[in-house]
Amino acid sequence: MRFNRLALYGLLGIAALMILAPVFIMVSTSLKPMDEIRDGSIFALPVEPSFDAWREAWSGDCSQTAGGNCGGLSSSFLTSVKIVIPALFLSVGLGAVTGYALAAWKMRGANLMFAALLVGMFIPPQVTLYPLIIMVRELGIFGSIPGLVLVHVIWGVAFTTMMFRNFFKTVPQDLLKAARIDGAGFWPLFWHVMLPLSLPILGVAMILQFTYIWNDFLLGLTFGGRSGQPMTVALNNLVGSQFGEKEYNVDMAATMLTALPTLAVYLLSGRLFVRGIAAGAVKG
Amino acid sequence: MAEPAQGALKTSHDGRWRWRPQWTARMALIPAMTITIVCFYGFIIWTFVISLTRSRLLPVYKFTGFDQYVRLFANERWWTAMQNIAIHGFLFIGGCIVFGYLLAILIDRGIKAEGMFRTVFMLPLSMSFIVTGVIWQWVMNPGLGLQDAVRELGWTTFEFNWIVRQDRAIYTLAIAGIWQQVGLCMALFLAGLRNVDPNIWKASRVDGIPVWRVYLHVITPMMRTVFFTVFILMSAIVMKAYDLVVALTGGGPGFSSDLPAKFVVDHILNRQELGLGAAGAFVLLCTVIAVISPYIHFELRKARDGGGH
Amino acid sequence: MNGVELRGVTKAYAGLTVMKDINLEIEDGAFLVLLGPSGCGKSTILNMIAGLEPVTGGSIHIAGREVTELEPDERDIAMVFQSYALYPTMSVRRNIGFGLKMRGMPKADIEKRVDEIGELLQITPLLDRKPSQLSGGQQQRVAIGRALVREPSVFLFDEPLSNLDAKLRADMRVELKRLHERLGRTIVYVTHDQIEAMTLATKVVVLDKGSIQQADTPENVYRRPANKFVASFVGAPTMNFIDGKLVQDGDGIAFDGGSGQLPLASLPTRARDLIGQPVTLGARPEHLMFDDLGANARVLLAEPTGPDQYVRLAVAGSEVTARTGPEQHFSSGTDARIMIDGARVSLFDPESGRAIL
Repeated sequence: MRFNRLALYGLLGIAALMILAPVFIMVSTSLKPMDEIRDGSIFALPVEPSFDAWREAWSGDCSQTAGGNCGGLSSSFLTSVKIVIPALFLSVGLGAVTGYALAAWKMRGANLMFAALLVGMFIPPQVTLYPLIIMVRELGIFGSIPGLVLVHVIWGVAFTTMMFRNFFKTVPQDLLKAARIDGAGFWPLFWHVMLPLSLPILGVAMILQFTYIWNDFLLGLTFGGRSGQPMTVALNNLVGSQFGEKEYNVDMAATMLTALPTLAVYLLSGRLFVRGIAAGAVKG
Repeated sequence: MAEPAQGALKTSHDGRWRWRPQWTARMALIPAMTITIVCFYGFIIWTFVISLTRSRLLPVYKFTGFDQYVRLFANERWWTAMQNIAIHGFLFIGGCIVFGYLLAILIDRGIKAEGMFRTVFMLPLSMSFIVTGVIWQWVMNPGLGLQDAVRELGWTTFEFNWIVRQDRAIYTLAIAGIWQQVGLCMALFLAGLRNVDPNIWKASRVDGIPVWRVYLHVITPMMRTVFFTVFILMSAIVMKAYDLVVALTGGGPGFSSDLPAKFVVDHILNRQELGLGAAGAFVLLCTVIAVISPYIHFELRKARDGGGH
Repeated sequence: MNGVELRGVTKAYAGLTVMKDINLEIEDGAFLVLLGPSGCGKSTILNMIAGLEPVTGGSIHIAGREVTELEPDERDIAMVFQSYALYPTMSVRRNIGFGLKMRGMPKADIEKRVDEIGELLQITPLLDRKPSQLSGGQQQRVAIGRALVREPSVFLFDEPLSNLDAKLRADMRVELKRLHERLGRTIVYVTHDQIEAMTLATKVVVLDKGSIQQADTPENVYRRPANKFVASFVGAPTMNFIDGKLVQDGDGIAFDGGSGQLPLASLPTRARDLIGQPVTLGARPEHLMFDDLGANARVLLAEPTGPDQYVRLAVAGSEVTARTGPEQHFSSGTDARIMIDGARVSLFDPESGRAIL
């Protein structure tokens, strides 16, 4: 029995180490100067840790970069923030209202729409990419933040709607009946009864949508243009476009900076994220 | 709740006109419905139409029948991508299921610090595919990465240079992918294990059945639907996989680690082969539909059985 | 006039008619109980009165005006649910006041009314709690308070006591009855529990398969069931049914069950017209009396319940249950003699099940 326990913790420990090793490598590399990277093992701790690489990744060091791609991630960080905040609130808000309407108000065709959304969640974005480009271009917001916000709302609404619909379906019918007898119409029922009930799921949806939107690459790449480049796209450019010797410490620092916001949300939200991922895991 | 009323407006008891709440509900559905109809299904049809034309840089509505599909299936890069998605899908989905299930079982054995282990295993999930790709590209760097580190330890013949080898690059995708997604699979399996009736464990202890046998013969068959869900979710990730390839291998060396999702984006955005890209996209969609349709069927049945009265 | 009237109401789901031509008049101040097994349509009727489900045909009138097309909140009704249906995120005070708020009543007036209701139902100390902090019985009081505060013409109760334990249920029953007597408002009450129906109702409507079987006072429903369904649904243990026919027995009438006769003392004289034709005899356990002059029976099993004793007997080729006091001891397999009180039994047509006496 004691041996079994030991083996159990041993296996879990090895697994945890394997998961954490790349994260450790990322952090430690970002703190090393280049010569330490060249001479030492990736597993080695930095001898003289410094944040120089972070500074360069954040604000850029034009003296060392040949060609146009000067400037760090700071401007694309701002772009990402400007995309995430409106896209987050719009997609979650729209999903909440749509999910509520589908779940609480019996309508002909509600099941059909449910099915259409469910399938929609699995459609690879590549399939509708070109028509979407044309639409956004026709609207005159291609290559801008509003364009990206719109695209994120379009791609997020199926997922948020499903989350809220599935939650609101668990609200007892009697509660809805009681509210209707009390005289609550569509909006009062939503504001006073349903939305307060859904606070936990609202939190989950916000966290997941934040993660998805922040982590998106394809939409940012396609619709961002030069002025609406989110952080993931900037990171990929930075890593891919260096001339001369690659500065792995800067790459890792930039990676760290890009991952930090979602990592922080994950670590701070803890159980909410786990619950949400299990409940609404459908999105990839 | 009330079924659809005939008209949006009707007289109230005091003679005033009153807007029926059911109609507000319908109005509230309009934005999402528009998105669904236009941006999902309408655009799928549009893409299909483009795939029947000669479009290159811009859509040209000169129809050439299924020529683009013929070209697609004669395209060597497409076949590499299709082969790769099969290899990657098998390794990635299989790895996620096996490791995710094992981790879930280990955690389910009543361990201390369960929360800590769960947090660790799910940590990569919060990171983007781009971040994952960049990290692993560095870890697998043949000059300064893992290969170098192991050689410095004394094993000088150690080789791990898959990322730069044509015949191995595709396997690196599965490694990075499993690292990122195994936590999600673990969470789903763990939720399933926690749903198992505790009396089954009591009964098996009374009967003196070894724990591993209970898992193998009793618990695993009970988790059928969880396996099914995990399989579908991971398949969806495989089909969409674009970011990870871009960041990890860039599809290379050459096109040796290309995937269909990347093929499509490249042809639509960069190679001015709109028609061909659209054809690829449509084939990709058909594959997705073939894989997920049992799942959709299952979900809808659940919704119908569980949905109101 | 605060009654409720259903005129020719029909209900169909997806083209399938589940309820046909329901006519029901509920007088002002009545306590009407809709009683029936699950799936009989009692809740559907309640939901149609509330406006939560549309009628397929016919009309509904509340307090003298037609409400068939009106929304639930325009019908001047309030409803209490089996699950209490309290708004989980609101305090008790806001729960009770929510309906008034939705009607645009000023805050101060709402407060006053809620306080009054709190006193009436003795829940004042609970007003600032959340529903989850209340016991089942307390939640039910709040739900009743939420209905009372609006002072509607009609109260609708949908199995309000089913989620309470037996003791609390009995207490709440008494309180509901007192409340009804004090307020004098019309109540429509759905239940499958015959004890609730018998104790609370001024009028009971027994439903089965979407149609009204009998609508009458509780006493009449029990004593003079309109058909076999009502007879078997109301009363526990259930009524004994024996198929056979009436025969002349000296001066009186006896029942011939095929393999033996049962004397039916003091059967009404008009039963003579039925002699010779097949009937189903319906006798409640208390209609069977142990009497040395009675017919031969064999004791199969005795079940003492405390105040009573149910004795399972084989008589005239059938098995029946008799109810008697706990004093006498019955052993299985012994003989007994029983008599049936002809003045209280029912006779049914074996074909249609309708009461013919």
